[in-house]
Amino acid sequence: MPEEEWKRLVTIGRERLFPCIQCGKCTGGCPIALVCKTFNVRRILNEVLYTEGEEVAHNKDYLWNCSACGTCMSRCPKGVDPMEMVLTLRSVLVEDGEIPAKVRDVLKSIDVRKNPWGMGKDSRTDWTRGLEVKNIADAEVLYYVCCTPAFDQRLQKVPRAIVKAFNKGGVNFGILGLEEVCCGNEIKRLGDLWNFEALREKNLENFKKYPIKQIVVTSPHCYNSFIHDYPGLDVEVKHYTQKIDELLTEGRLAFTGEFTKKVAFHDPCFLGKHNQVFDEPRRILQRVPGLNYVEFDRCRERSLCCEGGGGRMWIEAFDAKDRTANLRVREAIDLGVEVIATSCPFCLLTLEDAIKIGRYEERLKVMDIMEIIDLVLN
Amino acid sequence: MKLGVYICHCGVNIKANVNVAKLTKFAEQLPRVRVARDYLYMCSEPGQQLIKKDIEEHGLDRVVVAACSPRMHEITFRKALRSAGLNPHCLEIANIREQCSWVHEDRMKATQKAQKLLAAAVSKAALLEPLEEKEVEVTPAALVVGGGIAGIQAALDIADTGYKVYLVEKEPSIGGHMIQLDKTFPTLDCSACILTPKMADVGNHPNIELFSYSEVVAVKGFVGNFEVTIKKKPRYIDETKCNACGQCAQYCSIEVPDSFNLNLSKRKCIYIPFPQSVPACYVIDPDHCRYLLTRDCTQCLEVCKQGTNAIDFTQKEELVEVKVGTIVIATGYDLFDVTTKPEYGYHLYDNVITGLEFERLSNASGPTTGEIIINGKKPKDVVFIQCVGSRDKTVGNEYCSRVCCMYTAKQAHLVREKLPQATITVFYMDVRAFGKGFEEFYDRVKQEGVKYRRGNPSEVYRRGDRLVVKAEDTLQGELVEVEADLVVLASGIIPNKQTAQIASLLKLSQSPDRFLLEAHPKLRPVDSASDGIFLAGCCQGPKDIPDSVAQASAAAAKSLIPLSTGKVIIQALTSFVQESDCRGCGFCVEACPFDAIELREVKRGRRVLEVASVNEVLCKGCGVCASVCLSGAIQQKSFADRQILSMVAALGEEYA
Ligand SMILES: Cc1cc2nc3c(=O)[nH]c(=O)nc-3n(C[C@H](O)[C@H](O)[C@H](O)COP(=O)(O)OP(=O)(O)OC[C@H]3O[C@@H](n4cnc5c(N)ncnc54)[C@H](O)[C@@H]3O)c2cc1C
Ligand code: SF4
Ligand code: SF4
Repeated sequence: MPEEEWKRLVTIGRERLFPCIQCGKCTGGCPIALVCKTFNVRRILNEVLYTEGEEVAHNKDYLWNCSACGTCMSRCPKGVDPMEMVLTLRSVLVEDGEIPAKVRDVLKSIDVRKNPWGMGKDSRTDWTRGLEVKNIADAEVLYYVCCTPAFDQRLQKVPRAIVKAFNKGGVNFGILGLEEVCCGNEIKRLGDLWNFEALREKNLENFKKYPIKQIVVTSPHCYNSFIHDYPGLDVEVKHYTQKIDELLTEGRLAFTGEFTKKVAFHDPCFLGKHNQVFDEPRRILQRVPGLNYVEFDRCRERSLCCEGGGGRMWIEAFDAKDRTANLRVREAIDLGVEVIATSCPFCLLTLEDAIKIGRYEERLKVMDIMEIIDLVLN
Repeated sequence: MKLGVYICHCGVNIKANVNVAKLTKFAEQLPRVRVARDYLYMCSEPGQQLIKKDIEEHGLDRVVVAACSPRMHEITFRKALRSAGLNPHCLEIANIREQCSWVHEDRMKATQKAQKLLAAAVSKAALLEPLEEKEVEVTPAALVVGGGIAGIQAALDIADTGYKVYLVEKEPSIGGHMIQLDKTFPTLDCSACILTPKMADVGNHPNIELFSYSEVVAVKGFVGNFEVTIKKKPRYIDETKCNACGQCAQYCSIEVPDSFNLNLSKRKCIYIPFPQSVPACYVIDPDHCRYLLTRDCTQCLEVCKQGTNAIDFTQKEELVEVKVGTIVIATGYDLFDVTTKPEYGYHLYDNVITGLEFERLSNASGPTTGEIIINGKKPKDVVFIQCVGSRDKTVGNEYCSRVCCMYTAKQAHLVREKLPQATITVFYMDVRAFGKGFEEFYDRVKQEGVKYRRGNPSEVYRRGDRLVVKAEDTLQGELVEVEADLVVLASGIIPNKQTAQIASLLKLSQSPDRFLLEAHPKLRPVDSASDGIFLAGCCQGPKDIPDSVAQASAAAAKSLIPLSTGKVIIQALTSFVQESDCRGCGFCVEACPFDAIELREVKRGRRVLEVASVNEVLCKGCGVCASVCLSGAIQQKSFADRQILSMVAALGEEYA
């Protein structure tokens, strides 16, 4: 990104805050404010408005607390996007090199290995072991896997289940294999606009190389990135829940097994609040034979964020008394559900962690929708 | 032909940037100019005297004034011409203020432009023709659309002056929203107690003909002579016979949600909206009546036969034509749909209600006979959330609804009165207590122990069997979760959902907030842009009752002007047709927004042709017709092609 263009970011961002009436609806909805008194996004905006902007970023560790859940953005009556300013201030810190060590590791890994997990490039396709997966060169639908489920042992079940379901549904799909690079959603939200730009270019180049008709993604974060941060990408993008829902509706897939558990769906922020995909995951779960579906009280637009977004997978919140994932798991216990279903790799990890912390392993599990599907699709 | 040219300094407004001495000299040498003068304020009495004296002494027959926009003083100068015996349309104005001195910085260039504008005006003035202003008689009656407090007030004021009023209300009874309210801020008068006497007056007034359960479907004509078509929906009950005894409802077996109580209770399928309805006449709900749907029930009919025999299932929709001189629109508002803000959970929780639902709940004639009971219990903790759907760009309502702050304060007071032990919290962004007695009322409510917390709540959710309102208390800078068992959303006011339809029926405009647009925000707040049509109450913007009543009386007074003078002057600047040039293509007929042009058959020799013909009474002089006419046959008076082209030619010259 050219020097002046990025300098202007803060100025332009500040001008976008002028309509703010300091009503506090943003902070009132912010999940982080629930667990951390020092993080108050309305107050951050006010400080930016009082000053000329840039210097506000410094010496504020809590700027790394935002999980980019988008609640503030979706609630503001004046159409202001408070989250955007928090992320812009992060980019000031990145530019000035004021970066927490864990974030620095992530950014370095992105730079060198094109994934945020510090994993070797060559192990990206390890999850396919024993499966038949075509390369995109021989297919028309691109299954874009995402770094997290590709490298994380626990999560590898998810893309494996997707491959099985797609094969069963007769989808002519393929993967980029070792060519795949991170989508950059989290990198942009960590404030590293420069690395993000490089990733975007690389991805667009990859997508142009093959005659792709549609992209289906595992992660709501990749979904969000491709939909909002990739101007010029003119291929249809779908989250896997949308694709599976479509296959079920068209009768190309059918559930035969049973899953007799009480299940509630946890809306991933980047699927729900950011992109209004609320119905498809629910429709899928409600079709599963034997499944007793219930709703969290805080669901859909009011769903509680798990703190896995905005780069928060790699860094704890400063000065926080609890994690929202812990609150969420307690809600599930109160609701008496046996399984929290979700459809995001990050939600899966944060909630699973919270179950361990709460020692609820005996009573409660978190499962990706794909894991449930895998059990009822034989 | 002798022309007089008058150049105004407008104090320093023009003089500072235009060399008026030079301009005057310049004017003197323009063709046919007999006198040219400049003066400090042409619009002042002495300024006008100058013109009049010159007309008399020099026998001027055309006058050019170089001053401000014709929108400001065209009428002033026309009057001056008329009083000196000259036809008022022999005037041309060159706007050298808004189009020249105010917008240019370089004095020399501004002066040059003023010269061009003046030369153009002078060349057009020579081609102006005297025009005749016609008068037409006014039908001495008025139409009022909408029977809320605004429509009721306007109808009564006009009728009391002695003129006939047709009042059209789409619901089975007049009363509007005000009849649904409990007490009214800031004085706490009982809403029905102060409204029902006025409603009864409407019902009994010899000059008011009430069309309830009716709608206006067509309006033709112009100020002084509107022809209105009213559609009367069938009530299936003869208004002249029904004595509202209510026997029928006791026998009707169908129960449906009672919309008067916002569906918080049930009513029968044959019903009267509320006991004091005007007209006091029952009505049958055609969507649920078993007789009307399947003919398998005649319960009510049989009972009524033994009494007044008012039920008449053969009633059909009826169209009635009336003629009126003026129209008052008072179609009011609708409530903002709070389900579009899912964060407040209105669609999920029975104990999240709207402000209007609260009014019914608190009303002695409401579903709980005025007790604040929700889900069978008296709430212990009540939270009010202000600004729901107001000041909210994301739902397209940027404006403040003006009544919610005060109705919330009123409702908080009512809770305090009825449930002395309850804790009451009001979440607000700003409290706007601007009216007479409002701030005092707000103080009083705070004095009664109602907690005001500054912050716009972000969400409502359930914890156990209670609701939690989550907000930032922005004065403390801290997140708070306030538990409640009743949450009242101060839903804002939006324009009546039929506003766009009404606007297109009457050729009215809407402002960006979608309310009906007044002719001028300061100086003509009750006039619409269409002559003879006036606005009253919330159809023009959110208002409380006193403001609605004040505007209604103002609209009544305005609409009485043509009725009492008995005559209206018709716009002289109409279009006209040069029949010999007209091809009868009809383009102008289609283009005219006022339906003022028709094709008419004329004989030319032995042939019969169609040519355009202008109804001068309907024509507003907008000039659209002239712009679409391919043969130049239709022209606008004072803006004919040759007049405009002479200006263009003058503008093209260079002047020293
Ligand atoms: C919850 C709440 C509480 C309030 N409390 C107070 C208070 O305490 N004090 C106060 O001063 N103000 C209060 N107000 C404001 C008050 O309701 C309004 O000022 C007042 O009702 C406006 O009257 P209106 O006649 O302009 O509109 P409305 O009351 O809306 O009346 C319009 C009428 O026109 C009819 N109509 C609509 N379209 C057509 C059509 N096409 N053809 C024929 N008829 C039509 C409607 O059926 C209705 O009868 C409150 C408002 C709300 C929402
Ligand atoms: S919700 Fe919007 S207007 Fe209100 S304080 Fe936050 S940014 Fe400002
Ligand atoms: S994006 Fe979410 S976490 Fe970040 S400030 Fe907004 S509400 Fe808080």
